[in-house]
Amino acid sequence: MTQLGKRKLEKLERLAELSAINAGERGESLWREAFKRLRRNPTAIIGAGILLLFILIAIIGPFFVPYDEKDTHWIGQVSARDNIIPGPSAQHWLGIDHNGRDEFSRMIVGAQNTLFVGVVATAIGLIFGCLLGGLSGAAFGLGGKRGRQLDNVLMRFVDMLLAMPSLLLAVSIVTILGPSLPTVIIAVGVIVIPTFARLLRGSMIAQASAEYVVAATSLGVSRRKIALTHILPNSAAPVIVQATLTLATAIIEVAGLSFLGLGNPDPSVPEWGTMLNDALQVFEFAPRLAVFPALGIIITALGFTLLGEAMREALDPKLRK
Amino acid sequence: MRAPRLRTAAAVCAVAALALAAAGCASKRDQETTSNKPEKLVFGVAGDPKTLDPALASDGESFRVARQVYETLVQPEPGTAKIVPGLATEFKPDSTGLVWTFKLKQGVKFHDGTDFNGESVCFNFNRWYNWKGMLQSQDVSSYWQDIWGGFAKNEDPKLGPSLFKSCTVKDASTVEIAITKVTSKFPAALALPSFSISSPKALQEFKADEVGGTADSLTYPEYAMKHPTGTGPYKFVEWDRPNKVVKLTRNDAYNGTKAKIKDLYFQTISDLDARKQALRAGSIQGYDLVAPQDVKVLKGEGFNVLTRPAFNILYLAINQSGNPALAKLEVRQAIAYALDRKSIVDSKYPEGSTVAINFHPSSLEGYNDAVTKYDYDVNKAKTLLAQAGYANGLTLRFGYPTEVTRPYMPDPKGIFELMKTNLEAAGIKIEPVALKWTPDYLNKMTTGKDHDIHLLGWTGDYGDAYNFIGTFFDRQKDEWGFNNPTLFAKFAEADKEADLQKRYALYKELNKMLLDFLPGVPVAHGPPSLVLAKNVGGVKASPLTDERYYTAEYTG
Amino acid sequence: MFRFVVRRLLQLIPVLLGLSLLLFVWLHRLPGGPETALLGERGTPETRAMVRKQLGLDQPILVQYGRFMKRMLTGDLGNSIDTKQPVMQEFLDRFPGTVELTITAMIFAIGIGIPLGYLAARRRASWLDNMSVAGSLVAVCVPIFFLGYLVKQLLAVNLGWFPPAGRQDVTISATHVTNFYVVDGILTGEWDAAWDAIMHLVLPGLTLASIPLAIIVRITRASVLEVLGEDYVRTARAKGLTERRIRGRHILRNAMLPIITVMGLLTGGLLSGAVLTETVFAFTGIGQFVRQSISNLDYPVLMGFIMIIALIYVLVNLVVDVSYGLIDPRVRVR
Repeated sequence: MTQLGKRKLEKLERLAELSAINAGERGESLWREAFKRLRRNPTAIIGAGILLLFILIAIIGPFFVPYDEKDTHWIGQVSARDNIIPGPSAQHWLGIDHNGRDEFSRMIVGAQNTLFVGVVATAIGLIFGCLLGGLSGAAFGLGGKRGRQLDNVLMRFVDMLLAMPSLLLAVSIVTILGPSLPTVIIAVGVIVIPTFARLLRGSMIAQASAEYVVAATSLGVSRRKIALTHILPNSAAPVIVQATLTLATAIIEVAGLSFLGLGNPDPSVPEWGTMLNDALQVFEFAPRLAVFPALGIIITALGFTLLGEAMREALDPKLRK
Repeated sequence: MRAPRLRTAAAVCAVAALALAAAGCASKRDQETTSNKPEKLVFGVAGDPKTLDPALASDGESFRVARQVYETLVQPEPGTAKIVPGLATEFKPDSTGLVWTFKLKQGVKFHDGTDFNGESVCFNFNRWYNWKGMLQSQDVSSYWQDIWGGFAKNEDPKLGPSLFKSCTVKDASTVEIAITKVTSKFPAALALPSFSISSPKALQEFKADEVGGTADSLTYPEYAMKHPTGTGPYKFVEWDRPNKVVKLTRNDAYNGTKAKIKDLYFQTISDLDARKQALRAGSIQGYDLVAPQDVKVLKGEGFNVLTRPAFNILYLAINQSGNPALAKLEVRQAIAYALDRKSIVDSKYPEGSTVAINFHPSSLEGYNDAVTKYDYDVNKAKTLLAQAGYANGLTLRFGYPTEVTRPYMPDPKGIFELMKTNLEAAGIKIEPVALKWTPDYLNKMTTGKDHDIHLLGWTGDYGDAYNFIGTFFDRQKDEWGFNNPTLFAKFAEADKEADLQKRYALYKELNKMLLDFLPGVPVAHGPPSLVLAKNVGGVKASPLTDERYYTAEYTG
Repeated sequence: MFRFVVRRLLQLIPVLLGLSLLLFVWLHRLPGGPETALLGERGTPETRAMVRKQLGLDQPILVQYGRFMKRMLTGDLGNSIDTKQPVMQEFLDRFPGTVELTITAMIFAIGIGIPLGYLAARRRASWLDNMSVAGSLVAVCVPIFFLGYLVKQLLAVNLGWFPPAGRQDVTISATHVTNFYVVDGILTGEWDAAWDAIMHLVLPGLTLASIPLAIIVRITRASVLEVLGEDYVRTARAKGLTERRIRGRHILRNAMLPIITVMGLLTGGLLSGAVLTETVFAFTGIGQFVRQSISNLDYPVLMGFIMIIALIYVLVNLVVDVSYGLIDPRVRVR
């Protein structure tokens, strides 16, 4: 083997080590190591704990609620003119809301709806963003001149979406499609597409210029195979981190859209964002009706953010010893 | 070096801030000592007026300004819906009831100095009667069309012949207005602000009829946006758009009691919460449509909350041309029995509200409390539905407006919510249709067939029951989707009846027919309130929202 | 340098063109079309046809787009359906308010954020550091309109320290020259008006600043931490430079880079957040008008304002890119 070849082999080996393609052969895999680091990180534990609790409540909670969350049965106890809305009591743990419904039941079912909205919106952003970004990244890295042109066009489109402040973009989308739960979810999903697209593309481009890719290409491995079996899995890490963080912001954006009057037109469906907005009108004498959903949103968003940040730190190769 | 520069910069800022604060406090104090009683009243309103020419307006905010700046031939007695002389001192019909003679007040001048006389009155009427083009569209001249029907040359065949025949100037202080048929609307409708008398000179000079537009937008004429010229106790100064305030000042040449407070401003603060805070902070001295939950609170804080006598109605409209089930009487009855109207009123409406059993408030002659009442009974509703063949359920589209409160509907979303649960308990599934008040809601619910049930209401324009039930039901309308010739014939009979006692008896009959036929369900009458600062008195709350602020004064 | 700027400007054009096309299609795809928004309540088919003709809506779509672009380039964005005034005029009238609010928010965010981030980094793992990090994490998770309501209720309604809404007290009758109320007050010598305007800016400014503050604290802290470990700081210390000098010349300057980037990104966020904050405080800037236009379905305004805001956002990012290039010569080479 020539001097150059030996040097190249050494570089390949070291790169492989760093990219951890060969799990178990050179040190531990990226994922295993990251998980170990996460386990020791207090913020990650708190974040994961919050999320587990939230998901548990969201999935199982609605089966155990004391009352039907849409039943306005107790409206007789509410009086606008006397500013009476009954607070927490033995029969109603969190009190009654301004339309005579049990607040506790609404919060629990609300958790489910809020989780649903957050997940679907993020999923939309993730899927379409990654499609866009993945295609773009692969085209740039592997497609030669034509590929780079395709990448340019796709990224211009992404730039266009990014040119608008996200809330206004969401507002435009909901206004055209008409306010309803599905359109709000779509709008929030569309806002985050550029983030995922950019992220995946950037990640893939960085990977594409890595030496192991050059090596594989020169070995004759098809470009599609390289993209799917090598580049993609290694680019997955930041996307997962971003998805976690996006879940947090998605829930908050939905609440913001409700506030602007673009939320779900059916007020009986409990979702923390719409509940928060509805409760603002009685904020002066029953602030708890706004505080409960707000706390729900804050704590859940915090959980996702803490976990996401911890994951980002854990997966950051620069911090490895 | 960066750090010391930062420090000095910070120090400079602090000193500047302190200086401003000191100066600010000082100037404020100066202002207070130079004037004993404030010379300005700032009234907070929910939205900008659409136009300052009331003939082109149909929204309450435009009318609120118009009521201070203009006058009409007849006007409501302050605090009531009764008609008394305004710019006309006397008015009486001839024997046919088709020609009315109005004797006009003498010595009245418009704000631009020209004389108010017979010619100016007929100029105004003829102006409205001869409108063409864009001016004939429903959005622009809705009140003319509602009261008078058509124009001299109708461009839309659906408009029909006009109630107005002619206006003749007998002399400088007498006019004769001829109408084409006897009606309950006349002369009460002349009190509506849409029929205010403007200065002919100003109308012509500022091209009051030039409603036009280039691509993408309609433009209102200069008269309507910058030069409203009437005879009222306040005259227009300026409309400061960026700051959303309409400024009026006392008309010192007013023929009558001059305004006590010199400057009157209408400040737009669209958020109800912000209006309330502005009132508490003292930056406005009053606002309209106090939320029911704020009435007690504000009264407790010492504010003057004036409650208007309830002169409105909230109804649940039923479109018999929508879902075919609605054409069946049992289904409509089921809907009525399914609604717990008392709970809705008790939980959402202010003090003094009542469940409605007629389609107009009890203060109007012709009120009939011997009608079917439809008390809350879910089981009866279910039975009726089964009788009609809908035991397995029925799905209806239920429309309600968003981002608005009306005097008769303080919480549309909440009311919708409660009714929805009521109806679902009776086995009727509900599809919510939430639309913004402007421009979609009214359009969607009152035209075409594509709607089932919706919430809507009405505040009376003048003191006659026909203004309620006639406006709703006297002819075939898309909102209700039915054709009932017997009913229409009865309305025509009542409208033509010149003898008041006979007419009121006919109204009673009509009310009974309506509550049996049940084209909709009357829900509530809610007295709306306005609030004024602790030291503002002299304003009389009007059921027609026709408050005149020239009697307002600062007390103590 | 020049070529860098020109290249970025050129990249702008297709983006804006695409945006305008998108918005134009949006405006004309609306259910019912613009004439519904105008006639709303009870438009008969005949009057609708009349209005369509008047507004030129019966011409082929390409012609309409052409006219639309021509008007846009001359600054004519049509008239607001609600106020009947030119959209551009409405924007210019209200923009100063949002600018004052944004500047106030930035002052709070930077004025509190940078020192706090710096201190947190210098005193790692102290109580201050932990609180700052925790606080900045939580702040991003709070819906901004809820924060606004809380702040308003506590500080304005309950304690009465600040006015709860608006830009200025109408009873003061301030004269407005530039529509920047604070500046106007100073220019005309009406000190009470200037002070009143400032008081009205505090609460919305604090609310709007919450997220930028959180981000700036974290970035400053991270940058300072990174720089503190760098070789040249150790060298400087070894050379015997005073702490202050090190702080100023090295640490902060290098920490500036990410902060400037973030400020550019934040401008977009501020413009979005301004819609919510201005609504909560009834602050009559462009955000509040956007909210109103959503309510009124005032499409010319929505379209025009979004167009202008996008333009501003892109330009600000361009400025950020350029200044980045000025500060860090390594960037320019690309």
